[in-house]
Amino acid sequence: MSLLRRRKRSDDDAQQPPHTAEDGGGDDDKKFKSQKKPGKKRRRNGYSCVDSCCWLVGCICTTWWLLLFLYNTMPASFPQYVTEKITGPLPDPPGVRCVKEGLMPKHPVVFVPGIVTGGLELWEGHECAEGLFRKRLWGGTFGEIYRRPSCWLQHMSLDNETGLDPAGIRVRPVSGLVAADYFAPGYFVWAVLIANLARVGYEEKNMYMAAYDWRLSFQNTEVRDRTLSCIKSNIELMVEINDGHKAVIIPHSMGVLYFLHFMKWVEAPAPMGGGGGPDWCAKHIKAVMNIGGPLLGAPKALSGLFSAEAKDVAFARGIAPGVLDSDVFHIQTLQHIMRMSRTWDSTMSMIPKGGETIWGGLDWSPEEGYLPSNKTHENIGNSFCSKNESDSKVCQARHPNYGRIISFGRDVAESHSSKLERIDFRGAVKGKNHANSTCRDVWTEYHEMGFSGIKAIAEYKAYTARDLLDMLEFVAPKMMERGNVHFSHGLAENLDDPKYAHYKYWSNALETKLPNAPDMEIYSMYGVGIPTERAYVYKLAPTAECYIPFQIDNTAGDTDEHVCLKDGVYTVDGDETVPALSAGFMCAKGWRGKTRFNPSGIKTYVREYDHNPPSNFLEGRGTQSGAHVDIMGNFQLIEDVIRVAAGGSGEQLGGDRVYTDIFKWSDKINIKL
Amino acid sequence: MPASRRRKGHGGDSKRATTSEQQSAVKFDGKAEEQKREEERKTKDLNHKNINNLKKARSKRACIDGCCWLIGFICSTWWFLLFLFNAMPASFPQYVTEAITGPMPDPPGVKMHKEGLKAKHPVVFVPGIVTGGLELWEGHPCMDGLFRKRLWGGTFGEVYKRPLCWIEHMSLDNETGLDPPGVRVRPVSGLVAADYFAAGYFVWAVLIANLARIGYEEKNMYMAAYDWRLSFQNTEVRDQTLSRMKSNIELMVATSGEKVVIIPHSMGVLYFLHFMKWVEAPAPMGGGGGSDWCAKHIKAVMNIGGPFLGLPKIVAGLFSAEAKDIAVARAVAPGVLDLDIFGFQTLQHAMRMTRTWDSTMSLIPKGGDAIWGTLDWSPEADYECVAKKVKKNETQAGGENGGVFDGLKSHNYGRIISFGKDVAELHSSKVERVDFRGALKGNNFANRSCRDVWNEYHEMGIADMKAVADYKAFTVESVLELLQFVAPRMMKRGGAHYSYGIADNLEDPKYEHYKYWSNPLETRLPNAPEMEIFSMYGVGLPTERSYVYKSSSISECYIPFQIDTSAEGGNEEGCLRAGVYSVDGDETVPVLSAGFMCAKGWRGKTRFNPSGIKTYIREYNHAPPATLLEGRGTQSGNHVDIMGNFALIEDIIRVAAGATGNNLGGDRVYSDVFRWSERIKLRL
Repeated sequence: MSLLRRRKRSDDDAQQPPHTAEDGGGDDDKKFKSQKKPGKKRRRNGYSCVDSCCWLVGCICTTWWLLLFLYNTMPASFPQYVTEKITGPLPDPPGVRCVKEGLMPKHPVVFVPGIVTGGLELWEGHECAEGLFRKRLWGGTFGEIYRRPSCWLQHMSLDNETGLDPAGIRVRPVSGLVAADYFAPGYFVWAVLIANLARVGYEEKNMYMAAYDWRLSFQNTEVRDRTLSCIKSNIELMVEINDGHKAVIIPHSMGVLYFLHFMKWVEAPAPMGGGGGPDWCAKHIKAVMNIGGPLLGAPKALSGLFSAEAKDVAFARGIAPGVLDSDVFHIQTLQHIMRMSRTWDSTMSMIPKGGETIWGGLDWSPEEGYLPSNKTHENIGNSFCSKNESDSKVCQARHPNYGRIISFGRDVAESHSSKLERIDFRGAVKGKNHANSTCRDVWTEYHEMGFSGIKAIAEYKAYTARDLLDMLEFVAPKMMERGNVHFSHGLAENLDDPKYAHYKYWSNALETKLPNAPDMEIYSMYGVGIPTERAYVYKLAPTAECYIPFQIDNTAGDTDEHVCLKDGVYTVDGDETVPALSAGFMCAKGWRGKTRFNPSGIKTYVREYDHNPPSNFLEGRGTQSGAHVDIMGNFQLIEDVIRVAAGGSGEQLGGDRVYTDIFKWSDKINIKL
Repeated sequence: MPASRRRKGHGGDSKRATTSEQQSAVKFDGKAEEQKREEERKTKDLNHKNINNLKKARSKRACIDGCCWLIGFICSTWWFLLFLFNAMPASFPQYVTEAITGPMPDPPGVKMHKEGLKAKHPVVFVPGIVTGGLELWEGHPCMDGLFRKRLWGGTFGEVYKRPLCWIEHMSLDNETGLDPPGVRVRPVSGLVAADYFAAGYFVWAVLIANLARIGYEEKNMYMAAYDWRLSFQNTEVRDQTLSRMKSNIELMVATSGEKVVIIPHSMGVLYFLHFMKWVEAPAPMGGGGGSDWCAKHIKAVMNIGGPFLGLPKIVAGLFSAEAKDIAVARAVAPGVLDLDIFGFQTLQHAMRMTRTWDSTMSLIPKGGDAIWGTLDWSPEADYECVAKKVKKNETQAGGENGGVFDGLKSHNYGRIISFGKDVAELHSSKVERVDFRGALKGNNFANRSCRDVWNEYHEMGIADMKAVADYKAFTVESVLELLQFVAPRMMKRGGAHYSYGIADNLEDPKYEHYKYWSNPLETRLPNAPEMEIFSMYGVGLPTERSYVYKSSSISECYIPFQIDTSAEGGNEEGCLRAGVYSVDGDETVPVLSAGFMCAKGWRGKTRFNPSGIKTYIREYNHAPPATLLEGRGTQSGNHVDIMGNFALIEDIIRVAAGATGNNLGGDRVYSDVFRWSERIKLRL
């Protein structure tokens, strides 16, 4: 009501100017004026603020609508036209180019999305999630995180014991191409690839998105959702309705491991596997084109599990210390994230595999001669050390000990192993933390460790890939207990050992044989040219025991701005998430030719895509990107995929295409083949 | 508006208080102003002009300011309300509703959950015509930027933005019935295909939500979305939809260990009939599933509002691109639809588009005069349109005068199309009919003036239109010939995919062809004695059954026939309203079409049902929503709204959780479907 009155008044104000003009015309109306004006004045003071606010909002709205209208009436080709004006004609998208070459859809394609990129929706929830039935909890706008954060966390977490849904909650993967075409509005994952394949003539009958719940361990997706059966049935169907042309599988990121698991599952006999028979893969799969696959794990996953942070979080902490850790809004962000992500079994599939043989020991690592300067050619700029010979020599001389994936303190990271005094943490007694109950509702397993346990961890000082597994078992016993049922991170001595028939080995490339399918081809396609996390310098967090006791030491950085160590993170070549070694080793050496991991001699190809940042803002996320997710929009990669889908073989693509020293590094790894 | 404003202004004036400080301040202002004026006064003539200009400019500015202010004010209020709405707890609307209407009944899913029912049999939804979404996969340049956006379903934004382009993309090729070159429009897949038709207009969403309550999720629910514009066999030819459905059903049976419950709606009923024959037929034409596929995979088929024997509505749609609703719209605003506004002819465009959709021909009434009635006989002839009014208003209408009067005057429903009301009511011996079949088609000389809209009427010429009108009354059988006459190309395509007869001898090998598979009167049900077939449909709504037509008077660019909206029954409650005779049904499908097969054609062991599959009829009497808050109602019997009918959802949930038709209570009948079925003489 008061609003209404206000409006009337200001209408009256709007009438005022002409009124005064009138008054001014008759000069002798002073008295009248003086009687009239003061009242007006006061009302002006009182309401002018509200009025002008309204006026402003109105102006903005009107302009906004006008622009929106213009935008809508604008021909769709306009932005492209502008871009072309500025940057010169754009290259044809690969789909168009391939159509011009006369390529036609031949093999059905299957997309296997990675972790995080697939949408999840709510099917049953607690009362706090009312009205969200079949709405996306993950992917899309993430609106619910802001509205009801603790409710969201509760629904996204899995049960700590079973690794399945908590009671009364059902969160399920979105199915169909929409599951992972866009992660959030405007942030494409598979959309560009889909659009380009569609240009060649693909549609839903020969494209299939193998969406799965990426939080679950791989075998549990079958137990709970029958996802593996569903993928099997759909591949069989597509092969059948496409005149028997075998499928081309395109897994991305963790999907690569998931599909490794699938290939073993589908040929394994029925109770544990899919019972497809030993030639299922040979009959149904033409090629597996792994995009950015962490075949041997990713160090990033480790720091995530250990302290719920990675380079980006550590960086944020460096800029605004205290924000993430302090108890603002009564939400302990990082602790909550840690508690949630530790319930996701799938994250454990990406713990580095193969131990010290692959990832290096205390004083040795396959990439140790890596010169960051090498890859900083044209685009990254000369500012680093590309022309500065002495600088790169320094880096080379220093030999970052990549093998020590976690070191406590920078001095530890750099000193020789003989000088390290390590106290074994394995025997340390965990003391109950007496201040436990003060930590409100956030519970992480660190609270059970006590000070002595935490101290023991820090005193071991340097951890290699093998030590890390023991350490995780020490700091997060429940999580690792679940994880050990589903994943294994070792290196098989004898692959014929019957124990390797268990599903927990299926997603580890070093503990399984590839299927018997000599006609199949395996591609490893990944971006290179971006510094990628490889090892971390940690410190004990100084704050109280409610917080995660370990932090990346972001003060540890090289003063000469060298890229090897920055903000406590040693980087190596890769696609910003997966190091080149992890993505490329299996195809470069482990599976190359007839090896014990690849008994039928499936052909493998390494295809690297050198990172080029988008040349200008209009290009969006770039058509030559090598970043882990952005590579899905890399024109070169898309073209390769289309060619293979249209019937091309690895040889026709030109075989290997390598920018890094992946073959050299692989050679350094001493592994029985 | 200005007047009222000014008044408010004066009101404000009188309330003004004065204080000395402000006075002085204002005096200062005034002085400054006065100085200005003094300067202006030097040139008196100019002065006046100036003031006038100033006034104008100021008032103009004030107007813009006022507008801006108003918009800002509205926006702010809107945002404020939006904020309140968002901050409102989700249970608030329900609370209000309950406060007004009393406590709501539990949704059936919750009720069943409390009873302890659990998800058992996987369910498959088969959506009907029109309700499934279609998206663009390849298009002409005018559709730039709409890749994988919905052309059908959703907001329909593109219809308004680029109507001609939209029509071009939604149409199929006139010869092949498949995509025109360079256009690929494909069905949306997954549950999203038909959960909501447009934003907020549910189709399957309520049923899905209720099934989810007892534990269903995507692994045991499957939406068999298909391109509803294509003929049934073509969905397999182009998209392999039938194979896909087969594979998915097999997968669900394999993973759950239970047979599936199929829930087809509307045209999906016919599509699933076709599927059942296809899947057991041998490989080149069929799916090669073997003769016991249905027995092994299907527990029950729960048809919702299925037009087993076709729809009279579709005849009107194909004949003149209109139905009751359009006829009413024409009566309300005559000329609007027919006029050439905006440079395009809406109805003609709609007709041209729908005539390329082969699937519409699957809904043409089947079974000929034996089912739908002859010139002087029809099974529902004694239907009392008032009867249901009587039921509702108890005494008011009086069963004696109105009811008896209507009962005496039986309707000639058999004449699906009559030209003129008098023709519709006369006895057949008095109707003089001139056969149209021999009439020669003359090319319409004025053809080219009709711009880009082309439909087959333009090839007919005026003489033929007269011939059609002279035949006067059409039964179902002659309607088929009529359609063949007025739309030969469409019917040629249709004839390859559908058949509308009654089989004399089902052993005849010709019935192995797929064109018979969607006609229940020309196929046998599969050999699956444990299967159950339910016919679930709404009753209690007037449903179109036959039409009174007239030749439209306007020039030849228009569709030459129109429903004669001036034809009204004498009685206010009469069955004839606005040129349409109506009968009991769910507003789209007459009871006879939805119920006959389950009531008689398939009941027991008949030649159409050799293995004696059990059939049940479940009718749901329409009750309009009690209040506006209820939305589309929980007891609706309407063709689409019935998908939100609690009783129907409960039945489905019980069957999906393992119950049989007898557990549900067998037949549940409100209409005279059994009596009407009795009257149909059909060898069983």
